[in-house]
Amino acid sequence: MSELKLMKGNEALAEGAIRAGVDAYFGYPITPQSEVIEYLMRERPEERTGMVVLQAESEIAAINMVYGAASTGKRAMTSSSSPGISLKLEGISYLAGAELPAVIVNVVRGGPGLGTIQPSQADYFQSVKGGGHGDYKLYVLAPASVQEMSDFVEDAFDIAFKYRAPVLILSDGLIGQMMEKVVLKDQQERRTDKEVIESCGDWATTGRTNRERNIITSLDLQSEKMEARVHRLMKKYEQMEKEDLRYEKINCDDAEYLIVAYGSSARIAQKAIELAREKGIKAGLLRPITLFPFPKQELFDLADQVKGILSVELSTGQMVEDVRLSVEHKVPVEHFGRTGGIIHTPEEILEALEQKIINNGRIRHHKTRESSIL
Amino acid sequence: MTEEIIIAGFGGQGVLSMGKILAYSGIMQDQEVSWMPSYGPEMRGGTANVTVILSNDRISSPYLKVFDTAIILNQQSMDKFEHSVKPGGYLIYDPNGIIQHPTRTDIHVFSIEGSKIAAEMGNKKIFNMVILGGFLKVKPIVKLDNVIDGLKKSLSERYHHLIPKNEEALHKGIKSIIPFKINNKVFS
Repeated sequence: MSELKLMKGNEALAEGAIRAGVDAYFGYPITPQSEVIEYLMRERPEERTGMVVLQAESEIAAINMVYGAASTGKRAMTSSSSPGISLKLEGISYLAGAELPAVIVNVVRGGPGLGTIQPSQADYFQSVKGGGHGDYKLYVLAPASVQEMSDFVEDAFDIAFKYRAPVLILSDGLIGQMMEKVVLKDQQERRTDKEVIESCGDWATTGRTNRERNIITSLDLQSEKMEARVHRLMKKYEQMEKEDLRYEKINCDDAEYLIVAYGSSARIAQKAIELAREKGIKAGLLRPITLFPFPKQELFDLADQVKGILSVELSTGQMVEDVRLSVEHKVPVEHFGRTGGIIHTPEEILEALEQKIINNGRIRHHKTRESSIL
Repeated sequence: MTEEIIIAGFGGQGVLSMGKILAYSGIMQDQEVSWMPSYGPEMRGGTANVTVILSNDRISSPYLKVFDTAIILNQQSMDKFEHSVKPGGYLIYDPNGIIQHPTRTDIHVFSIEGSKIAAEMGNKKIFNMVILGGFLKVKPIVKLDNVIDGLKKSLSERYHHLIPKNEEALHKGIKSIIPFKINNKVFS
């Protein structure tokens, strides 16, 4: 039965996992996402649905447990925060290489290094530009509310099994720690072994019966075969871009200026847009819900309509590179963001929009273009 | 209607749980709510604050710079948040332990002897409910019935026998909040 609750983002994610019929969670605590494993331990999902919850001895152990469980066609996930995700990257690359469906959650904190336990969005590059080694990408979902923390677990597993690929939910300390109203979905049954064999029997190690052996590996020492494998992965990523791009447009219809922001920054930027409109500035927000695939075409088209674009993230400027690539220098694109665990206020974002975009009489990019011709 | 509130004080004063009860009360009357705590080292070092928003519409930013109401429960928070109240907004504070009283004259200022009342009632833990009662007298944004329902939701059942005591504390707060005077002039 669906249910209305006041929950923290981390708790909503954990409850969302139980209700989505996830088979296994392996994790290791770290602030600001420890509530995920705390909630799962407290809720005893092994009694509710038979879901396995295990605190591993380390982040590396946890991601490799996910690899093992995913190999059997089960729905397995892990979660951590930035330094812990760095430890998991080897395992994530192996998951991508072995074409295994799994869900990884990163509730980002400030870095580099141990950094701070406060919110940050400085793991954008790590999430969308590989992170681990080799030619691979992650499908990346960026929740901006407690409701989405709960809903995106199921969405992530749907994508993971559609493509047999790891999916990352990229949240941050703000969304993880805040409480909001959340409508919890009905409990879904975990898939039976028979259902797993039916849907994943052609690749998963489900217990061999009358079929060829299924081998799960990311190793291919024959270069031609390895190249074919990489091309197969790239085909999946192309298909993701065609079929599973997600974004949200707010107040864009008449916008003269555009803010691009995801996750917690999208929420704060939305308030900045409200403040801008009170001042008579026609600002709109493009919020990428998936960071890969990225709304490239949408940005390219919006660049014909707006005079300038401000990319806002809790970092010193990572997503801004993808915004610039998408816009192809049609209009000025600037970055604004606090970092190190400081959260920018709506007022700061509006000020940055005014200073960096609106009042800047911007010609820099055009100049660059002219000088390159000369 | 949108009400943007900051509640700030020491850890252990019930700052976060007061915000939670307020948020639950908002849910009881079908509002959108958000509750954004300070969870960092400052909280571990003693001070705690939480931003609570209740609105009839979708809430944009859960993190704010300025507020309709600041509920201030120690001096550090007074220093930090007195100037974060919007002009025409409300500042409610407990004078216990306050050395520098508010000086702004462009906002409504109220004081409530929350710690004193809670001590008189023989239970320091209901301090936050006294303060909440005072706030709701000045800003009746949620119905008292909804606060009680919110309490039932946020407290586990083994604490439900404490609800009458909490209700009593709310009423004490409602009766005790007074406008704060600067140079004998009331700014409320």
